[in-house]
Amino acid sequence: MTHKTIRIGGLSRVEGEGALLVRARDGRIVDLQLRIYEPPRFFEALLRGRSYTEPPDITARICGICPVAYQMSACQAIEAACGVEVTGPLRDLRLLLYYGEWIESHALHIFLLHAPDFLGYDSGIAMAADHRVHLERGLALKKAGNELVADLSGRAIHPVNVRVGGFYRIPRRQELAGAAERLRLAREHALATVTWVAGFDFPDVEHDYRFLALRHPDEYAILSGSVAVSDGTGFPVSHWPEHVVEEQVPGSTALHARLDGTGGYLVGAMARYALNSGLLSPLARSAARDAGLGEVCRNPFRSIVVRAVEIVHACDEALRIIDSYAEPDAPAVPVEPRPGVGHGASEAPRGTLYHRYRIDDDALIVEADIVPPTSQNQARIEKDLWDLVEPRLALPQEELASLCERAVRNHDPCISCSTHFLDLRLDAR
Amino acid sequence: MGAPKPASRPRLAVWKFASCDGCQLTLLDCEDELLSLAAKVEIAYFLEASSAPGPGPYDLSLVEGSVTTPEDAERIRHVRRVSKHLVTIGACATAGGIQALRDFADVREFASVVYARPEYIATLERSTAISANVPVDFELRGCPIDKRQLLEVITAFLTGRRPVVPGHSVCVECKARGNVCVLVAHGTPCLGPVTQAGCGALCPAFNRGCYGCFGPSETTNSAALNGRLRELGMSDPELVRIYRTFNATEEPFRRASEEAEGDA
Repeated sequence: MTHKTIRIGGLSRVEGEGALLVRARDGRIVDLQLRIYEPPRFFEALLRGRSYTEPPDITARICGICPVAYQMSACQAIEAACGVEVTGPLRDLRLLLYYGEWIESHALHIFLLHAPDFLGYDSGIAMAADHRVHLERGLALKKAGNELVADLSGRAIHPVNVRVGGFYRIPRRQELAGAAERLRLAREHALATVTWVAGFDFPDVEHDYRFLALRHPDEYAILSGSVAVSDGTGFPVSHWPEHVVEEQVPGSTALHARLDGTGGYLVGAMARYALNSGLLSPLARSAARDAGLGEVCRNPFRSIVVRAVEIVHACDEALRIIDSYAEPDAPAVPVEPRPGVGHGASEAPRGTLYHRYRIDDDALIVEADIVPPTSQNQARIEKDLWDLVEPRLALPQEELASLCERAVRNHDPCISCSTHFLDLRLDAR
Repeated sequence: MGAPKPASRPRLAVWKFASCDGCQLTLLDCEDELLSLAAKVEIAYFLEASSAPGPGPYDLSLVEGSVTTPEDAERIRHVRRVSKHLVTIGACATAGGIQALRDFADVREFASVVYARPEYIATLERSTAISANVPVDFELRGCPIDKRQLLEVITAFLTGRRPVVPGHSVCVECKARGNVCVLVAHGTPCLGPVTQAGCGALCPAFNRGCYGCFGPSETTNSAALNGRLRELGMSDPELVRIYRTFNATEEPFRRASEEAEGDA
């Protein structure tokens, strides 16, 4: 009997901390676990007893990479509980802020975390020795996204200007002129990025994913929409708890999200693209076509191309909003707290992020539920790894380990956000 | 990180404990300075950014996050042993962070709310600052830290001087920025008078009160501030909550919240 154990002690170039254990016997995998050793931080517990106004600031602290996503899902869930919908220019401003986060987060992932895999470097910084022009373009893109978030909301990490109902202060029209100029340049950088990453050498892998993403009738859904699934089913965000169940899996202590009582599914860039690519801006659509992406992309290694296309879209749409921006009369709509339950979901750069709050008579939160993208993807990522590793067990250990790391990184997992992951110990015989 | 490097370059390590990654991301968010910084120091250990962790010892370790598990209580001792200088970055590492709200509750009850099988959770009852575990050479505050302050701290340690980071309150920055005082002019509750400067008085610039994300300033008079906040109509439970966010266990904020709790 031949034993083979592949162990990656600390997954690198992901946000947060995780590890992977694969055990094989006689050429078959007998155990595969993506191990997350991020310590639990108990957000859902500590939100209880806080005012209905507090989740945007508090849940931002779940993730320093996508705080705006947490703020948007939280605000919309609370507004839904209070029977309020934010529309018009205030909604546009929320979208604009969110596009800023998309640009910076995707640029971070593409240039500093993911591209080094395809070019054979340990880091984006090391890559600069031979590909400086590309890395500088990536940093410029990232900076454009960060500056847009900071312009609208004070700072790129844990923005201070978001509140339930809207904002504390709205930007004057002329204050957005600088942002527009930077975004026009960023859009050029984004187009060049699509061309660059489309030329990478991609492993020939396809998976039969079941995709889940928000869908909106008029736009490539980011801020809001209803839930769509690639098998043709779908449901309103308020029905989320009836469809998505997080459960413990035999042999593993990590919670996995299950959809409609069956297996795992995938959220994130490839899911959005598969379900909504027809709603990308014309420029982003033509960039996708030129990059050779079909209607649906099932090769997770090519997700880097999808992310680059999404940056083009984000720049394009951000510019459209700035061009047509009319200052709203007030920075926020009034939100009168009332007892009840509210659901909210938005598309974090890494995928659908769902929040639910129950509010009591005193306008305090009595129950909070947060389902971040990475915990939804974990089961599916493990399946990717299983399918990838089993036929390649004969590869040298180091090569296989590196391929596994890359396969995890394809999904841009944000392990910090995984509020549900358990701290587990593994038998690494 | 891959490229050949002269032996003389100081070696930098970045470590993560319980946190959101935002403070170490601040380093990557120094887009204009990142490449020149990487030329001056060897980024020897930085899992978020590099797959090639180098062995210690390190000249400067930046530590993000608080200590919340038995393993991490061990790991921080290792980090201390292999680091010439150890600097904490952010509210979690400096004050226990948002997860220190467990300190005012029962962590087992917290675990049972979040997890179906809380017995699998290896977690400590308290979320402690790094300085409660090992000696620390400098603490940089903020949730998140400020990019300019981070560059100042790195530069100072690399050149062997003390970082210049102010201990005065946000009010000073607010005046320097020319903000209208939201507390005086609008009656908006604001922790600016008791919070350390460093953010550039962001919240008042956006028409909201400071929520204390940089923690207490050098000298605070929260009894006076609490009096004023009560006059503005804040209830005692609201006062408790305003101090208990991202720096809840820092002594002046803890005292201020307990004073309000005592009255509640």
